Amino acid sequence: MLSRNLITIIFFSVAFQAKGATINVYPGQGNLQTTIDKADRGDTLIVHQGLYKEHDILVNKKLTIKGDDFPVIDGGKKYQLFFITADSVVIEGLQVQNTGRSSMTDMAGIRLQNVSHVIVRNNLLLYNTYGIYLQNSSYCAILNNIALANAKDELNNGNGIHAWKCNHLLIRNNKISGHRDGIYFEFVTDSKISHNISILNVRYGLHFMFSSNDAYLQNQFVDNGAGVAVMFSKNVIMLNNTFRHNWGDAAYGILLKEISDSKIEHNYFTKNTVAIYMEGTNRINVANNEFDENGWAMRIQASCNANMFEGNNFQANSFDVATNGTMMLNTFDHNYWDKYDGYDLDKDKTGDVPYYPVSIYAVVTERVPVTMILYRSFLTDIMDQVEKVLPSVIPEQLKDDHPMMKKWDLK
Amino acid sequence: MIQINNLTKSYNRFKALDDINLGFDRGRAISLLGPNGSGKTTLIKSILGLVIPEKGTIKIDCNPVSSDCSYRSMIGYMPQIGRYPDNMTIEQVINMVKELRKDCTKYDDELIIGLGIDKIGNKTMRNLSGGTRQKVSACLAFLFSPEILILDEPTAGLDPVSSELLKEKIISELSKGKLVLMTSHVLSDLEGLTSHIVYLQDGKLMFYRSVEELQDVTGETKLNKVVARMMQYDLPIKNCVS
Amino acid sequence: MKTIIKYVSLDLLRNKTILIYTALLAVISISVLNMDNNASKGLLSLMNITLLFVPLISILFATIYFFNSIEFIELLLAQPIKRNKVLLAEYTGLVLSLCAAYAIGVGLPLLILTKQVAALVLLVNGLLLTLTFSGLALLIFVLCKDKTRGIGIAIVISLFFSLLFDGLLLTFIYSFSDYPIDKPIVGLVALNPIDLSRILMLLQLDVSVLMGYSGALFKKLLGSAAGSIYAVVCMMFWVTVPLLIATLKFRKKDL
Repeated sequence: MLSRNLITIIFFSVAFQAKGATINVYPGQGNLQTTIDKADRGDTLIVHQGLYKEHDILVNKKLTIKGDDFPVIDGGKKYQLFFITADSVVIEGLQVQNTGRSSMTDMAGIRLQNVSHVIVRNNLLLYNTYGIYLQNSSYCAILNNIALANAKDELNNGNGIHAWKCNHLLIRNNKISGHRDGIYFEFVTDSKISHNISILNVRYGLHFMFSSNDAYLQNQFVDNGAGVAVMFSKNVIMLNNTFRHNWGDAAYGILLKEISDSKIEHNYFTKNTVAIYMEGTNRINVANNEFDENGWAMRIQASCNANMFEGNNFQANSFDVATNGTMMLNTFDHNYWDKYDGYDLDKDKTGDVPYYPVSIYAVVTERVPVTMILYRSFLTDIMDQVEKVLPSVIPEQLKDDHPMMKKWDLK
Repeated sequence: MIQINNLTKSYNRFKALDDINLGFDRGRAISLLGPNGSGKTTLIKSILGLVIPEKGTIKIDCNPVSSDCSYRSMIGYMPQIGRYPDNMTIEQVINMVKELRKDCTKYDDELIIGLGIDKIGNKTMRNLSGGTRQKVSACLAFLFSPEILILDEPTAGLDPVSSELLKEKIISELSKGKLVLMTSHVLSDLEGLTSHIVYLQDGKLMFYRSVEELQDVTGETKLNKVVARMMQYDLPIKNCVS
Repeated sequence: MKTIIKYVSLDLLRNKTILIYTALLAVISISVLNMDNNASKGLLSLMNITLLFVPLISILFATIYFFNSIEFIELLLAQPIKRNKVLLAEYTGLVLSLCAAYAIGVGLPLLILTKQVAALVLLVNGLLLTLTFSGLALLIFVLCKDKTRGIGIAIVISLFFSLLFDGLLLTFIYSFSDYPIDKPIVGLVALNPIDLSRILMLLQLDVSVLMGYSGALFKKLLGSAAGSIYAVVCMMFWVTVPLLIATLKFRKKDL
């Protein structure tokens, strides 16, 4: 369905583009806006190189605005830049920079309002509060843009790509850095986020709320203040993403809250404080992921039900699984755990004794966080060893009955 | 030279020394005698300041032992058991003690040469027999020509030749007017060396008398007989406190 | 005093136990640091080894050494030297050689194979633990008449600090988990030099985040420079206080 959307978008834009005239625009006071106003529906504007000190540029008819070697549209740190209020507009090859900063309005480099079939591609968005802001729009594509900012805190900054109440979006191949959230989705459905790189954002690499039936594929979320948050959504598919070094006091690879019927597969989680944090999630399939050198590979709260964890590799994590519950209604099966020290006498490549992924110390710290002061002490090592021999504290149901003897090859 | 007044020392309830009064003069060779656990070593250690007395004072040339450690430069001490750090060589031990005693530059190495210690200077302490270690201890005691010599079982474990050599050395030091204080279980070893005998039992001073006096009283000449008689007859104690 | 230190450490540097200890530490350090290509993990393993073995070996070796040196100490005390000087010189000579063993066995491989500040912290930690537990051994020696008993106490002390203390701390935390106990715990931790040195080390590594995650206060209290200074100052107390008590008690000790 998603790819059909894309084809539709491209078809429409290409088809209408061919009809109109081509108008050249050069730097000069008020030139861009006047040209747009004068242009006819379906025209193509070639914006030539130079500095355009214009703001609140309203694009209210179907136009293709094309930059020639990245002309600079500068908001002088006071104003907003593009408003797109017509369907099927194409904006490409521009350098849009320096929006204002305001607590009253969300100031954006390129704002799409109640439109459909708009394409924003190959633009440079520098030091804007919000890079691209989509509002109540559908069938839009945001492709190959670069959004850079230097946000220092969460309060006065906006998001790289912000979408609110949209559907059928395609966000592909963008690079976002230094914003509050790299990509922000709220009430966005039937959309696809793929091949994006979201690094060093102050809060989340991807912030995702009340957005169902979406997929995110092959993205990289690296070094974000708090990783990725996916909340209050259904039917989310997360494939082949990389979550790396989201490391800090409250950082997660993925924070899942009130999510159900979703898939997390073939992702790489390396060096995150918590690779996956789950709260109130149901029926999620976590399969074939790689968990490497995380503080906690998974923290699963007692409110999680009927989740399935299979075929994952867990290695070099400080804690594999932590939980605050005693009853576990989730299933672990056929995972590889580097801490497993069982045997395989029947040579079926799975260990003959189950593996208990929750260490006693993980249970203790989950119940009384202050005990973290004993992290890596001799005592806690001994506690874990004793519990392995004589299990007593760890929930009996929480186990992997078929721990793999060898790592899965997930390459 | 050494004046001991009302010296008392007890370990828990056990009284090692009970109100001891003694005075030792120059030129005397005093043998401390008594059965095991009678307080001989405690007395010696008290003089050396190794044991802190409970009551009483010890003065050496009128200076109380407790006040200052400098009096110890007057004393040469040969312990009962000489144990030294395993990997030190004899030479290192001697050099170390010499370095510690910068005040003294003239060394008496008569014993070092006499006992042949100089020839085995690079042997490590670990490889030495008990006798050889005793020899090293003896050499160290005499090295700085001290005014007072305190020898705890000096001849125990020594071969007869060395034992004789040591005795001769003691006699020659005595003739220079030094004070020698020694203990021994083998009374015959002290024969001809001793001028006075101090006899201790259960921490109490039984008697302190010159050998001649004792020989007079008991009519015996051999030291062990003299002592045996003294014990037998329980003769009244007449001390010659000076 | 210098003379005694010189000869004591010369003696100990040829001591077989010290040589084996050095070699063992070196072999472990090099293999651990080469095995893990992740330097910070190698450091963690080395930290565990340091926390486990350095206190035990320091206190045991030192206790045995002091008791074996009793006759030698007597001999030194028969010289015109002050008691405390002899005692401190013995201690200094001993810790010099134990520290040299650690510096060569662990410090050298660390400085060659890793280039982290944490490596330096580990080295300092190891040395401080050596000083602390040798000091405790000296205290045992001064307070105890009997060698066998002294060794027994030494084993109990090292076990207490490496295991028992943490057990008591855990019990304490569990019993009072309903109260805000973060601060008292930071105070209590100061009572165990091994915990201090573990925390000091963890704060230098990126795993300190895990501590911050569960109790933000730890990161705040200990993670700042002030926290590290606090830990170091407490460690210094652990080095000096046993020594001080030992010298005071030694004045009255009968040999």
